[in-house]
Amino acid sequence: MLTYVARRVLVAVPTIFGVATVIFLLVRLLPGDPARTIAGVLASQADVERIRHQFGFDQPLYVQYVTYIVHLLTGDLGISTRTGAPVREEILTRLPYTLELAAISTVISVLLGVTLGMIAATRRGSPLDLMISALAVFGLSMPVYWLGLMLIILFSIQLHAFPAAGAQDPLGFVLPSITLAMFSLALVARQARSAMLEVLGQDYVRTARAKGAPMRRVLAKHALRNALLPVMTVIGLQFGALIGGAVLTETVFSWPGVGRLLVDSIFSRDYAVVQGVVLMLAVGFIIVNLLVDLLYAYVDPRIRYS
Amino acid sequence: MSIPALDTADGLLDLTSPEIGAQTAGGRFWSKLRRSPSALAGLGILGVYIVLALLGPLVAPFDPGHDILREQFLPISSLHFLGTDDLGRDEFLMIVYGARYTLLLGFFAVAIGLFAGLPLGAISGYFGGWVDLLVQRVTDVLLSFPGILLALALVAGLGVGLRNVIISVGISSIPIFTRLVRASALSIRELPYVEAARALGVPHWLILLRHVIPNSLAPVIVQATLQLGAAILVAAGLGFLGLGVQKPTPEWGSMLGEARTYIFTDANLVTLPGLAIFGAVLAFNLVGDGLRDALDPRLK
Repeated sequence: MLTYVARRVLVAVPTIFGVATVIFLLVRLLPGDPARTIAGVLASQADVERIRHQFGFDQPLYVQYVTYIVHLLTGDLGISTRTGAPVREEILTRLPYTLELAAISTVISVLLGVTLGMIAATRRGSPLDLMISALAVFGLSMPVYWLGLMLIILFSIQLHAFPAAGAQDPLGFVLPSITLAMFSLALVARQARSAMLEVLGQDYVRTARAKGAPMRRVLAKHALRNALLPVMTVIGLQFGALIGGAVLTETVFSWPGVGRLLVDSIFSRDYAVVQGVVLMLAVGFIIVNLLVDLLYAYVDPRIRYS
Repeated sequence: MSIPALDTADGLLDLTSPEIGAQTAGGRFWSKLRRSPSALAGLGILGVYIVLALLGPLVAPFDPGHDILREQFLPISSLHFLGTDDLGRDEFLMIVYGARYTLLLGFFAVAIGLFAGLPLGAISGYFGGWVDLLVQRVTDVLLSFPGILLALALVAGLGVGLRNVIISVGISSIPIFTRLVRASALSIRELPYVEAARALGVPHWLILLRHVIPNSLAPVIVQATLQLGAAILVAAGLGFLGLGVQKPTPEWGSMLGEARTYIFTDANLVTLPGLAIFGAVLAFNLVGDGLRDALDPRLK
């Protein structure tokens, strides 16, 4: 197990470096003068030069890269041009809001998704199965931002049940969490259904049924446990959709998380913050998937030795 | 009643000939696809969108850019099927014109993903070694940007507009195809016919072109169809954020984003463009699922 952990972690490190490098190159190699972009069209040439020097754009590329990596390793993400505060602080004050939203949505989508997937698989071909499968395709096809706006129209404007914006009171969590959870819910339900179907066709399930074990017991003791393995992988992967969805959901609900910080920073050309947020989200995604892989190997010994 | 074809010796002979086998494989694919109601529904929706995109602008009574401020926020009427928007433009025509941009965005973005991802994946899987290692590490890195984030970061750097959105969404769909084709190429390169071709001295590029790529196409076709839906979702998402296609182009995502301001006064302006995006993505997902069931007998 330990060698497996070491191997997986060692693979993740160059990926994280790669991500940092791509983000570095994205800002510097794209057409246009980043110093001019940050300063704005109306800035004087002197201002542009000052910004160029302040950001180190006047240095050779490899010097900039080394400085950037060294700063990253010490946890220094730079200074926000918009607020003058360190990027790390900007991110850390908003991160809890995004994490809360992501956590609630993950819980909703996993619990509901696995339940629906199981119901559909055990009643394969029934109207209920058809309905759940249709719901899953709808969930996968629905634009998050549109779903959010529809929920606002229905529950905030017409029914006055939940607030349309802000994270001040607990009720404010309801609509954004549902919005964000929908895609993942559909993904998990689908995966749970097909995993369950596969497991139900296995010999050990048939044996358990043959020896007279009641279906409920077979499902709980044999089928669910084995079906949950592939579902775990999807939970890791859906985290990516969740982060991407958070950017959109936070914009719809004026949520004070990192997603909105990212969009606001793109508009105000606050490149240090854009770099920092994208890097943090990508690294978070890598780490979550690494943890899922390790958990998978821990639960299923077949993985470790392959 | 007897079945004539089976009664004759010719009929029996026909059944064993390889041509018949090939035909039935193709026939099985079509009959499977035709028997799937959801795939048919998807094709139906797609047909409506394509007709709207091609013919809509030809039969439109006026240009969607035709804005009369006096006519803003008109309700649904016989002249304006879906009412008018904040600038007095006809909402129905805006949506009809939008079909062009959305389908265009989807097709070109996926085309970029395919044309870069397919050869990269085939080369990576076929040659293996350091080429494979390099391509796979780069793919790993690109796949580490969750969801819409890579496209978002690219647009932030390249700038907004139709062309840059296509490039950004296209680049972000390259790694998916690379992964998929590599997996197929890995198994295909071990097959006897590839070995035979190599023994005959067929150059690598010809083997790739003749054997490896054509034989890895089935999962690629399925993924490309699903990816069309995903690309449309991401492109419209960028439009919604104000980082996609810019006005006055009637792109559904940006229409939705602009209409947010009027959500309290005219909910139609928010509902309709989103419904149009939803329908397009749903259609591609349904067709993609149908194709997967028809092309891959192992599933379901």
